[in-house]
Amino acid sequence: MTLFGATGRPYGRFQGGITVSVVQDAQLHEGAFGERRNLRSVVGAVGPVRLTTIAIGLWIVALADRSWTTETSAGSAIAEPGEFLVTLLDGLTFAGLLFVVASGFTLIFGLMRTVNMAHGVIFLLSGYLAIEVQQAMVGQERNIEPEQVSLFDWIFPTLVGAAVAAAIGVVMQQLLLRWNQGEDLRQAIITMGVAVILADQMLAQFGGLATTMEWPGATVHFFEILGERYATSRLFMLAVALGAGALLWLWLNRTRMGIVIRAGVDDQDMVRALGINVNLVFAATFFVGSFLAGVGGAMGASFSGAAPGADGQWLLNSLIVVIMGGLGSVKGAAAGSLLYGTVVAFAPAYLPRDYTFYSVIVTFVLLAVVLVARPHGLFGKAS
Amino acid sequence: MAEPLLEVDSVTCGYGISAVLDGLSFSMGTEAVSIVGRNGVGKSTLCLALLGLVPVGSGEIRLNGEPIQALSPERIARKGIALVPQGRRLFPSLTVDEHLKMFRKSTRDARWTPDAVYDLFPRLAERRSNGGAELSGGEQQMLAVGRALLLNGDLIVMDEPSEGLAPTIVDVLIDAIHRLVAEGTAVLVVEQNLAAATSVADRQLVMVSGRIEAETTAERLRNDADLQHRYLGV
Repeated sequence: MTLFGATGRPYGRFQGGITVSVVQDAQLHEGAFGERRNLRSVVGAVGPVRLTTIAIGLWIVALADRSWTTETSAGSAIAEPGEFLVTLLDGLTFAGLLFVVASGFTLIFGLMRTVNMAHGVIFLLSGYLAIEVQQAMVGQERNIEPEQVSLFDWIFPTLVGAAVAAAIGVVMQQLLLRWNQGEDLRQAIITMGVAVILADQMLAQFGGLATTMEWPGATVHFFEILGERYATSRLFMLAVALGAGALLWLWLNRTRMGIVIRAGVDDQDMVRALGINVNLVFAATFFVGSFLAGVGGAMGASFSGAAPGADGQWLLNSLIVVIMGGLGSVKGAAAGSLLYGTVVAFAPAYLPRDYTFYSVIVTFVLLAVVLVARPHGLFGKAS
Repeated sequence: MAEPLLEVDSVTCGYGISAVLDGLSFSMGTEAVSIVGRNGVGKSTLCLALLGLVPVGSGEIRLNGEPIQALSPERIARKGIALVPQGRRLFPSLTVDEHLKMFRKSTRDARWTPDAVYDLFPRLAERRSNGGAELSGGEQQMLAVGRALLLNGDLIVMDEPSEGLAPTIVDVLIDAIHRLVAEGTAVLVVEQNLAAATSVADRQLVMVSGRIEAETTAERLRNDADLQHRYLGV
């Protein structure tokens, strides 16, 4: 396939999805590849994205891990409904955690155009703090058993971590970012500096070994679902995420501050011309955005532990989610989390067994496909 | 004449090296005033400069005798200038009701409350829960005016309120503006549309390349073809 079409113009922007270019391509090669024309026009008519989706769907639903196809870690939905359901739940629950972290990131970006590179560090710091508080509450530093952890021993540390995270976010915004409002690049570099400093301080303070927070004992069970065992704690994580999402929705839609924030995302100058103190609104947004990172940090510390490097990983996760969903859109963060969570769960389960190490690449293929079809993300608007 | 409400004194303002406002001066009391001028003479820039949304290069803008040109838009708005901007600039993510409820609850004796706006424009009340972008042009303009009223300021600045509206809707708006002025709110209307400008206010300021070139009355402007031709190109 050439990079340039018949007119000599690159297929740079695909207005209506990739379909267009393939149809053009099919026509271009009509003479030379006449015998392949039918296949090509089928691909052109259905669209390669849709065709790939159908193929992947068929693979997962019916074809994977059969005696006459390639071996995969999870069986197809028809042959092994339990394994399929578990994979689906893995995706959903992980998406919940992704949403909590990424919605805070997208909220801050949407209103202030600030790419908060310190979001991951705030996430991790909250995780570490929540672990410390939980250990102090249980009165034991290591080998805490779930039975020792009451629901309050999880919720209180989470709130402490999130409150500190929120405070750091507000201080950073008022002390460092406020003077650079509208200077996107400068703000990104300032927050990156904060991230580097905090990450090193955390390494000095909390060491280089991974520590974990315990889920409350009441949620640590296994239950049987279609012959598979599944951990209740993952569903608890999803419930916390749904709760956070519902509160965020109520705040944005049912309070005066939320209305002002949505208006500010649309047209900040007009909000100011209506006599509304945007600085206060900015501070509140940083508070809530960082609070969400903090809640996510405690959830993450319980889910996969807190360790150096998790900050960068979760900054990257947030970026992938909000770039797919559309920067600044909370709805987009939800959609992006679902997509990303699903792919993260399904790729290793359904790639042929010898190729599961390629599952990371699938994430970026997904990102590329979303951006080709919708350059501003699923719910994004051109700025 | 009592102390003027708004005084604009030799204001210059521009983007880069080109001056858009070039020593513009006028003053007004609690009254209705129209500023008329051709496309591109700096009318919209004047509106934005009054609200502090574009920086003023030199000169002074005083509201009730107090210089305001260096204040932030939110401070200026709270001192009493409300803007109905060109193109309405409603918030697409907000419903009609949310546009009117985004303000801090005002004191009980404030003239304008969301309910009072709904009384002024009953059509908005019918579309309470519609999104800002789902309204007709006229309804959008009513909402933009209502939103400005809720600031309960002394002066409302309207940039091209008749733009893109059907004549019957323009009449509704002009009626509303007359009511506001009668109740003691000053209104500054910036217009290209001569018919709308002259029916809103008696006092007409003619703007040409960034300054006020002439002052006349609505009746004279309406009847003086030579004046119209010289300054407005109609």
